[in-house]
Amino acid sequence: MRAALTTALFLMAAGTAGAEDTMQYHAADAPVPGSVTHLGNIMPVMMDQSSWFHGILEQAEGRYAPSGTDFRWDGEVWYGTDYDRLWIKSEGTLEKGRLSDGQQDVLYSRAISTYWNLQGGVRVDLDDGPTRTWGAFGIQGLALYQFEFQATGYVSDRGRFGARIEGSYDFLLTNRLILQPQAEFNLYTKSDPSRQAGAGLSDVDAGLRLRYELWRKFAPYVGVTYSGHLTQARRIARDQNEQPGSVRFSLGIRSWF
Amino acid sequence: MHSFSSLARGLTRRRFVTSLGAGACLSTLPQQAKAEGRPSSGCLPAMPSNTWDLKVSRTHVSLDGKSMHAPSIGGSIPGPILRWKQGETVTLNVRNTLDETTSIHWHGIRVPADMDGVPGLSFAGIPPGETFTYRFRLHQSGTYWYHSHSNMQEAMGLYGAIIIDPIRPDPNACDRDYVVFLGEWTDVMPHDIVNNLKMQDDYYVFRQRTAASFPKEAREAGSAMAALKDRLAWSRMNMAATDIADVSGIIYTYTLNGHAPDMNWNGLFRPGERVRLRFINGATMTLFDVRIPGLEMLVVQADGNDVEPVPVDEFRIGVAETYDVIVQPKEDRAYTIFAQSEDRTGFARGTLAPRVGMSGLIPPMDPRPVRTMVDMGMGNMKPGESMDHMSMPGMDMKEMDHMPMAGMDMSHMGHMAMPKIEVDDPGPPPINVENQNVAMMPMDRTGSPGDGLENNGRRVLTYKQLRATRPGADPRPPSREIILHLTGNMERYIWGFNGRKFSESGPIKLKKGERVRFTLINDTMMEHPIHLHGLWSELENGQGDYRPYKHTIISQPGSRMSYLVTADVPGMWAYHCHLLYHMDLGMFRTVVVS
Repeated sequence: MRAALTTALFLMAAGTAGAEDTMQYHAADAPVPGSVTHLGNIMPVMMDQSSWFHGILEQAEGRYAPSGTDFRWDGEVWYGTDYDRLWIKSEGTLEKGRLSDGQQDVLYSRAISTYWNLQGGVRVDLDDGPTRTWGAFGIQGLALYQFEFQATGYVSDRGRFGARIEGSYDFLLTNRLILQPQAEFNLYTKSDPSRQAGAGLSDVDAGLRLRYELWRKFAPYVGVTYSGHLTQARRIARDQNEQPGSVRFSLGIRSWF
Repeated sequence: MHSFSSLARGLTRRRFVTSLGAGACLSTLPQQAKAEGRPSSGCLPAMPSNTWDLKVSRTHVSLDGKSMHAPSIGGSIPGPILRWKQGETVTLNVRNTLDETTSIHWHGIRVPADMDGVPGLSFAGIPPGETFTYRFRLHQSGTYWYHSHSNMQEAMGLYGAIIIDPIRPDPNACDRDYVVFLGEWTDVMPHDIVNNLKMQDDYYVFRQRTAASFPKEAREAGSAMAALKDRLAWSRMNMAATDIADVSGIIYTYTLNGHAPDMNWNGLFRPGERVRLRFINGATMTLFDVRIPGLEMLVVQADGNDVEPVPVDEFRIGVAETYDVIVQPKEDRAYTIFAQSEDRTGFARGTLAPRVGMSGLIPPMDPRPVRTMVDMGMGNMKPGESMDHMSMPGMDMKEMDHMPMAGMDMSHMGHMAMPKIEVDDPGPPPINVENQNVAMMPMDRTGSPGDGLENNGRRVLTYKQLRATRPGADPRPPSREIILHLTGNMERYIWGFNGRKFSESGPIKLKKGERVRFTLINDTMMEHPIHLHGLWSELENGQGDYRPYKHTIISQPGSRMSYLVTADVPGMWAYHCHLLYHMDLGMFRTVVVS
């Protein structure tokens, strides 16, 4: 005599007396070590342990200004199963022939809940500035209201700490015309002037992009982007006679496979 | 939209094909005479036959501008209609000329386990170049179908109809008798479809709620605030009320006997004749809503078993289900067989006509359904309403009266008085990587025709209306109940039972001869047509001893339902959702009878 009846009795008794919780759950399909679900190595179901391979270039855009055009990319590829995946994230900005903000992450990703993945690995700042190497650990997933979110903490080979927080949201104007606000923040515990990084909130890269999904995997977009240094980093940039930040009109293509 | 444009585009080009391919049944045509790449006429072979040689091969098929090198039988899609006779022993020599393993599963046919055709359970499959001979005795009659159970071949066209003539005179014999085989056609490979869904679960859905659709929703909801609240409630759950079908008319051309809508399959009649239509849903991912405007349909058979006739205007047919209906067109005009996909992104269509080549009016598609809290298993709650009062201890009898909760419907009250039965209750499924939702208040929805069909002004078939013409063969009450939750995570596109995929689960073990009640609680917000191989599923739909015998049962979202099974044939049997991509991603179990 098990739960269905117990539940019924429990519900009927509820309100009059606190029923004893005697439920003993047992799934008829519970995994049993050594039990046979198929013959030999022939799986009747082909894909539930498959590995998948995908990549997305969220941003591949020109950012226009009278002073010159920057090129910016931000994307990731991943390979793996439902639970275990290898991620490579890459972003950077090409500015007057100089590559900056080049952050490349190689992460192992583990699914931990309905919408969230834990990620850990290495980040290398690889661009025309001095190279820095960081250990990385963070989360990636879907927050409530279908808000895409990533937060990663970093510790460098020089004992410094950093963090990167990214979020975006898709507003469907129509089923193909999509408005996407997006923002990325970098934080550091100590300044690193040679990379124009300041202690505290160091820089932001944000955009409001309007894309049209010609195909699901190919969507040209127009946008307004802001890239700039904040607080201490702003002073560092000024000291180096660089523009601390600028709003740009951007044109790009979002694509994935 | 897609279908409309192709309809206009292809009409003249296809008319030639129409006049050749469909129409009168040349009943003397031998089965082998069917040309390569030709769709089905829907006509039954003149006589049943006990021996069939079936060659599985790849054929280049082009339909609605979409070409594929598709695996098929005898070069036609659907494959040949196999006509058998109850009581006889059939011999089926299946020769595999593909470069990969194949198999044929005889869907709904009661066979010894080693003849069931599921690689990994019944046998090892049919290797390339080899012939496998299936041989079994037919204990049943009615309309069934066959399909491959290997490597997505079914999704590409390896399927066909089976008709078994009864030994006793058929109470439903008609002047005309047609198979109406519903399916889909696409040039996108099954693996690519799944791969896309893995990256983006709404890849094929272009009917979402948007800013542009908001004014209309606000009007329907009564106010902008109400519409906004409903949206936020769904958004908060990271789910979409517009999630009706995972794969849509964006890539699918819906087919009737292998004919695209513009090819207009014809079934001929003389006014006044009774016409039997044997509907089979051989689709991969699509539930169809079927009607013939201007004709009443008398449902006389479900899943091959006779039922007391039910007159209806429309019925929903889940993937792998079959329904036989009888119509009697009296006027000398064309009648459209209209089968719209549940998500209303397209339709399959054919015509019953007194003369070849006629077309009836094609009705507009209905509005697409929108999921509600009922589908989430939240009973009749309003979106955004607090769930606090649902906590068990605080519940009082007054509230329970209108909440058909676990164990509270009449069928369950009924067996409380019976001898104790063993219950395998997994408890509420975990919310985890593989499961997104728990139906807090699953309802009995056998009285509902399904989402999008309620209160549409037509008489639509419900499961409650199905009543067998004779009492069940096994009068014993069940000695055991197996409760299973249908679970999934749409976002990650993972499907399973009890929050687990196939590869992470054990077999469901039944003792030979055991009488078991299967209870399905659907925690997902989609329909799942659940198919148990080898054994009958006797739907407990309030018809007492006259439970309809089925092989595939739609579990509606947010519902709780049950059926009885007599485990009378030993072996390993497949048990799965017949939405093929759900099955292949984990909504599959092995049932072992020993």
